[in-house]
Amino acid sequence: MKVYSRIESIAGNVITVKAEGIRYGDLAQISTSFGSSLAEVIKIDGDMVSLQVFAGSRGVSTGDELRFLGKPMQVSCTDALQGRIFNGSGEPRDGGPALKDNMIPIGGPSFNPTKRIIPRNMVRTGIPMIDLFNTLVESQKLPIFSISGEPYNELLARIALQAEVDLIVLGGMGLKHDDYLYFRDTLEEGGALSRSILFIHTAADPVVEGLMVPDMSLAVAEQFALNGKKVLVLLTDMTNFADAMKEIAITQEQVPSNRGYPGDLYSQLASRYEKAVDIEGSGSITILAVTTMPGDDVTHPVPDNTGYITEGQFYLRGGRIEPFGSLSRLKQQVNDRTREDHRDLMNGMIKIYASYKDALEKQSMGFQKTAWDEKLLKYGEKFEREMMDLTVNIPIEQALDRGWSILADCFEKEETGLRTNLIEKFWPKGAGAVHGQD
Amino acid sequence: MNTTGTVTGINGNMVTVRADGHVIMNEVCGITVGDKQLKSEVIRIRGNSAQVQVFEITKGIGIGDRVEFSSQMLAVKLGPGLLGQIYDGLQNPLPQLAEKTGFFLERGIYLDALNSAAVWEFTPRAKVGDKVSAGDCLGTVPEGPFEHRIMVPFYNEDEYTLTRVNEAGKYTVNDAIAEGTDSKGNTILFTMAFEWPVKRPVKLYEERLKPTTPMVSKVRLMDTFFPVAKGGTYCIPGPFGAGKTVLQQITSRHAEVDVVIIAACGERAGEVVETLREFPELTDPRTGRSLMERTIIVCNTSSMPVASREASVYTAVTLGEYYRQMGLDVLLLADSTSRWAQAMREMSGRLEEIPGEEAFPAYLESNIAAFYERAGIVRLKDGKTGSITIGGTVSPAGGNFEEPVTQATLKVVGAFHGLSRERSDARKYPAIHPTESWSKYTGIMPDHHVKYAHSILAKSGEIDAMMKVVGEEGTSLTDYIVYQKGEFLDTVYFQQNSFDPVDAAVTPERQIHVFSLILEILASGIQCDDKEDARRWFYQLRQKFLDYNGTEFNSEEFKSLEKDIRDILASKASGIDPNAADILKEVKK
Repeated sequence: MKVYSRIESIAGNVITVKAEGIRYGDLAQISTSFGSSLAEVIKIDGDMVSLQVFAGSRGVSTGDELRFLGKPMQVSCTDALQGRIFNGSGEPRDGGPALKDNMIPIGGPSFNPTKRIIPRNMVRTGIPMIDLFNTLVESQKLPIFSISGEPYNELLARIALQAEVDLIVLGGMGLKHDDYLYFRDTLEEGGALSRSILFIHTAADPVVEGLMVPDMSLAVAEQFALNGKKVLVLLTDMTNFADAMKEIAITQEQVPSNRGYPGDLYSQLASRYEKAVDIEGSGSITILAVTTMPGDDVTHPVPDNTGYITEGQFYLRGGRIEPFGSLSRLKQQVNDRTREDHRDLMNGMIKIYASYKDALEKQSMGFQKTAWDEKLLKYGEKFEREMMDLTVNIPIEQALDRGWSILADCFEKEETGLRTNLIEKFWPKGAGAVHGQD
Repeated sequence: MNTTGTVTGINGNMVTVRADGHVIMNEVCGITVGDKQLKSEVIRIRGNSAQVQVFEITKGIGIGDRVEFSSQMLAVKLGPGLLGQIYDGLQNPLPQLAEKTGFFLERGIYLDALNSAAVWEFTPRAKVGDKVSAGDCLGTVPEGPFEHRIMVPFYNEDEYTLTRVNEAGKYTVNDAIAEGTDSKGNTILFTMAFEWPVKRPVKLYEERLKPTTPMVSKVRLMDTFFPVAKGGTYCIPGPFGAGKTVLQQITSRHAEVDVVIIAACGERAGEVVETLREFPELTDPRTGRSLMERTIIVCNTSSMPVASREASVYTAVTLGEYYRQMGLDVLLLADSTSRWAQAMREMSGRLEEIPGEEAFPAYLESNIAAFYERAGIVRLKDGKTGSITIGGTVSPAGGNFEEPVTQATLKVVGAFHGLSRERSDARKYPAIHPTESWSKYTGIMPDHHVKYAHSILAKSGEIDAMMKVVGEEGTSLTDYIVYQKGEFLDTVYFQQNSFDPVDAAVTPERQIHVFSLILEILASGIQCDDKEDARRWFYQLRQKFLDYNGTEFNSEEFKSLEKDIRDILASKASGIDPNAADILKEVKK
């Protein structure tokens, strides 16, 4: 391909050159005095071609060489990827060899809706607030809404280690270097690194490079899913991804729609999240993504648009998954097949927890507490310690049993509002005696 | 010779083309990339350069690529065989596409919207010598539960004298079933299918009537309190998770109309899948046939190209107009119109138009108005009436109804079903806000009856707000009872148990019957010793009523529970509200 050595303009991370025969979405290699970087064609106007430079335009000279590669962004997809770590341009970050086999395009076409099937398999995480109260379902797309400082990356890592999946793809955008090391080490210690593929863009890397991470992660995940693998894709943090898009859009002088974000924010996020799919007779893609909410504001454009796209959300607040606001839209598809008391216990315990919150308010306002309030306070405290705490790690069956024992510890049978036949079957034996001792 | 051109610029899904001849606004053109032609639509013309929006991913388009103009506007194919189909926004049949390209939607592949091999049993209705014009019936074929009218194509604007009408028999959609001569003596062949541009409303009717007949949705809160008339329009705005799509799905199942068109516009693909998989299994109680046979799905979900999302609502409404021309009642459910508006915003941004509020284009309001104005009930030339009712969901950013799309929609619709976050969080279904929503249509109940129930609800709400400040102890017993009445109305009438087969869909007869009982309860003076007594009494009444809601209408159990309810009422009732005396007399009749 022809080499161009005259850059017409540099604005933000976008450069413009005069070139011919270029196709939309093509890649180019730019060589600067600081090294070389990939760049992607994002606009063509006559012979003026605009490209976003992955490594950023800082230090780029108008005389630097630009070589078009004649193909769009691609990523290698073979079994050799497992256990490897790459950066946002798809180059090795772990010192291993670069991979060039079986290059596949990224950002491929959408799944035909008529080929989708109704999801049917639960993903076990060992976290009662998920398994019991908002069950994660294979092929679900679910964000974790949180704020900076919350242990969302720890939560992701734990789910990755405990979920029964064949492959974990982690896409990190604007990740703190410490967090990257945390993920790598945790996966390694948990013995899961060999079935993981990491695409890591850290906060120290050029912003534009982070834009490719979701597409690369999902393109690889899609290939493995088509080959029958159950893939769990973890993306953190999608707000950084949206901010990178915002930056490019502003540089391109696009009209911003809401708080500076481009008008196509919804479509851009949706085209990534909608890659979650359960393929009939083959594998699946489940997406868990962290979305930090600037200022803890759920009406901020990123969490707001995300909420309209995803199938529910987990609110991580105060180190716990909040029972209120958190929602798994797909839980109904699976929680009738776990155990017969699952649905009733799920609703019953949350209803009583809501009453506990009222009692707590009453207490803090200095009103007199009734005996019932005392029971609620005891229940709420136990519920938070034995169920909501993120260190609790038990299978769903045990979580259900624990739910009954918490109820039996705090209440009489008829005070729980649960169906009589379930109480007869699941109320812990000898619980009445325990109650008598109180 | 059609105009051709070459690509001179690419920006996202907008491509600039230099044309060598005349270009028509909204004309369809094809951009050749490799062995594929990508369908596009002209959206701006300047000198000999045209800007086109591409209905596909634009990756790989290059300067100098050849463009062929079709001199046709974006059109859909109309004819027998539309019912039961699943199309994308450009009327590509998705199941057939899957057979051809597998799991993924490959770009540049366009299939026939109607099965050209399918054979239809044609019965002529017109005869040689008849003078016919656009929209007139030439014959019929049976399609699902209907007599599908084969009409003179809507674009044939002349008057034609029929010189041949085929005998009854089996024909495909592309067979000529009649022949005529126009006023200039030219011979015209009529087939069973024809094309019509989606952005031009079909106006082949005598007059537009005022929508007065209720469109029954079997959702109590809609039918009784915020009714929608056949040929009317309504919108459902709500924050995410408030249940917009669930409400649309339930309506698409139970609505008492002939044809339902679901436009899944820029929403989750998973939600469409539920409809796709479940509808063929469900029977339509009106016809006893599969629900899918009265349904068309136009499905352009959020990850599909945004330009065809913009087209998809027009595709859907055009299909609706076609069936309306047969004298049928059509319901179009668009979910969500905000995604359609966002598609317009994306294109407007690429065209570098001066933005309006929140960067939406200045023509947002007029486009929304023009879309909803395609609804209506009309008297056709043969005296029959047909209607299209449009219900659109709106997904306001941040759940704030003060945004441009919600506001523009509210200006043009006849009913507003606002969903509230508080009600959905409290697991109240449907989450339609009972005091903020409104409707300009008359429903199945007399207006003043509904107003009376509403007045109790409003009072109850005020007392509830006051009680939060002064506490229960500062509230009088009379006020407390009014508060309980409002809560009672909310729990047993506004809310429905969508999992209960009986309570999920309530017939208008049952609604009228049950509502009269509710009015009696609301209008009765209730004598209680204290608030605790009142609470317990209302709780007891509520429990009975919920059981009553779950029993088959007019069954023995239903009657016996109704008697129990009346007994409970009689135990504490004394006197009636004088304001409601007339209403109760009317109800008893």
